[in-house]
Amino acid sequence: MSSATVHIVRTGTANIASVMAGLRRAGARPVLTDDAGVVESSARLVLPGVGAMGATMGAVQSAGLVAALRKRIEQDRPTLAVCMGHQLLGVSSDESPGVPGLGVHDGVGVRFSEASGLRVPQLGWNSVTKPEDGARFLTESGYAYFANSYCFRSVPSDWMGATAVYDGSFVAAIERGNVLTCQFHPELSGAFGARLMRRWLVNAGVEIAQDAAGVMS
Amino acid sequence: MSIDVLPPRVIPCLDFSDGRVVKGIKFQNLRDAGDPVELARAYEAQGGDELVMLDVSATTEARASAVETVRLVRETLSIPLTVGGGVRVADDAARLLDAGADKTGINTAAVRNPEVITEMAQRFGRQCVVVAIDAARREDEQDRWQVVTQAGTKREEIDAVGWAREACERGAGEVLLTSWDRDGTRSGYDLDLLRAVSEAVTVPVIASGGAHTPEHLVEALEAGADAVLAASIFHDGEHTVKSVKDAMSRLGVKVREAEPVA
Repeated sequence: MSSATVHIVRTGTANIASVMAGLRRAGARPVLTDDAGVVESSARLVLPGVGAMGATMGAVQSAGLVAALRKRIEQDRPTLAVCMGHQLLGVSSDESPGVPGLGVHDGVGVRFSEASGLRVPQLGWNSVTKPEDGARFLTESGYAYFANSYCFRSVPSDWMGATAVYDGSFVAAIERGNVLTCQFHPELSGAFGARLMRRWLVNAGVEIAQDAAGVMS
Repeated sequence: MSIDVLPPRVIPCLDFSDGRVVKGIKFQNLRDAGDPVELARAYEAQGGDELVMLDVSATTEARASAVETVRLVRETLSIPLTVGGGVRVADDAARLLDAGADKTGINTAAVRNPEVITEMAQRFGRQCVVVAIDAARREDEQDRWQVVTQAGTKREEIDAVGWAREACERGAGEVLLTSWDRDGTRSGYDLDLLRAVSEAVTVPVIASGGAHTPEHLVEALEAGADAVLAASIFHDGEHTVKSVKDAMSRLGVKVREAEPVA
C-alpha cells in the first residue's frame, strides 16, 4: 500500500466522487473498499455518506462492516467520517427510528426545527467555531458547507467538538485521538475544508508536498 | 417567511454542451463562452458558494459527453456542484453523481412523472434532489404562474406554486426557480414569483432568471430566496463573483468572504 493510500468505505449512498476528488486534491490516493478486513485495519479510512440514516446503516450492515468500523475506532486508527458518516457513530437518529447506529458515542440525531422559520434541510455555508484548546484537527474557525436536516446537539463526552448555530447550537465536527467526524462536507468546503483534510492526512502519516496539497495558495 | 442564518449563496451557472460553456438567451442563440473547467475554477476563486451546471445539449452525442465534463470540473472544484439537464430517471442522476455532482437538478421529467422525485430522494437523499421549475406568468391571470417545460417550449396547465409545494412533499430538497418571463432579459428576478414560492415551501429556494446587477440579487433575497443564481452577469466580465458579493455586502447583506482557493 502506498503511503498516500486512503480507503473509502463504499456505502453506496454517498457523493463518493466528490470525496475522492477532494482527497486527491489534498495529496492522497483514494481507493474504494467494502472489505471488512481492510475497513478494520487500513491505515487511513474515510466513512462518507449522504442521504438517510437507515439507508446508509443498511449498506454498512449488509456489507458486514459494523464490527470492523467499531473496532478500528476503538483502536484509534485514523478515521474521517463525513456528514451521514458522522451521524452513524451515534446510537440512533430520529430520522430512522429503530435503526441502531454504531454506538461509538451516545449522540442521537435530531431534526432541525422548521418552526423557527428556517429552511430544512440546512443547505449552505455556516460559520464553524473551533473548540477551546488542544484540538489536533479542529484548530480553525471558518465557513464550512453543510447539507443536513439532522444533527447532534451536544458534543459527546471524551470528544472535542466544533459547533455552529442554525435553529440553535449544533455539533459541526468532533475529534478524539486520530478520529475526526464532520457534519459538514470538508471536500466541499473550499480552502477551509482542504486544510482540515490535509491536517487529518498528515496526522495519519501521509506526506504531502506543498504543491500537491495546493492549499497554501 | 424564512429567517436568514446562513449567508446567502451566490451561485454562478454554466450552461454547457459538448464540453463547452454556452450562453443562452431564452435558451436560444447559443454562443460559445469558454471552457467549463477554467470558468468553474475562476468562479470558486472569486468566492462562488456553489456551482450549477446545466447540460443544454440538443443531441444524444453531446449529452453523452456531459459526464466527462462533470468529471473534469469535479477534479478541480472544492465547492458544491449541482448538475441538471437531461435527467429523466434516477439512473441518469446516478451517473452524474458518480461523475462528481453533489446534487442533481430535474425539471421536465419530474413534471411528467412526479414519482421520480421520491425515488431519487430515497436513493440519494433529499438534499441531492433539486427540482428545477421554469415558471411563466399566465396570460389570463397575471398574479399566477404556470409551469413551462421542455426548455421553455411547452406551457403546462400546472400552477407553478402548487407544483413547488407538491415537489417538496414528494422529496425535493431544494427548488431552483427560474422565471421564464425574466430569463435573459437582465431586468431582475420576478420577485412576486419568488415571494409566492418561498412562502409555499420550507426547503431552500434558489432564484434564477433575469439578474443583471448586485441590486437584483439583494432584491431576490429580500423577497425570500435563500440563494441567487446568475449566469450572464458573470460571463461578460463586467462583474466577478467577488465584485458582486462586495457590492451585496455594501448593500447590507452578510456574505461569505472569499478565501484564496484550494
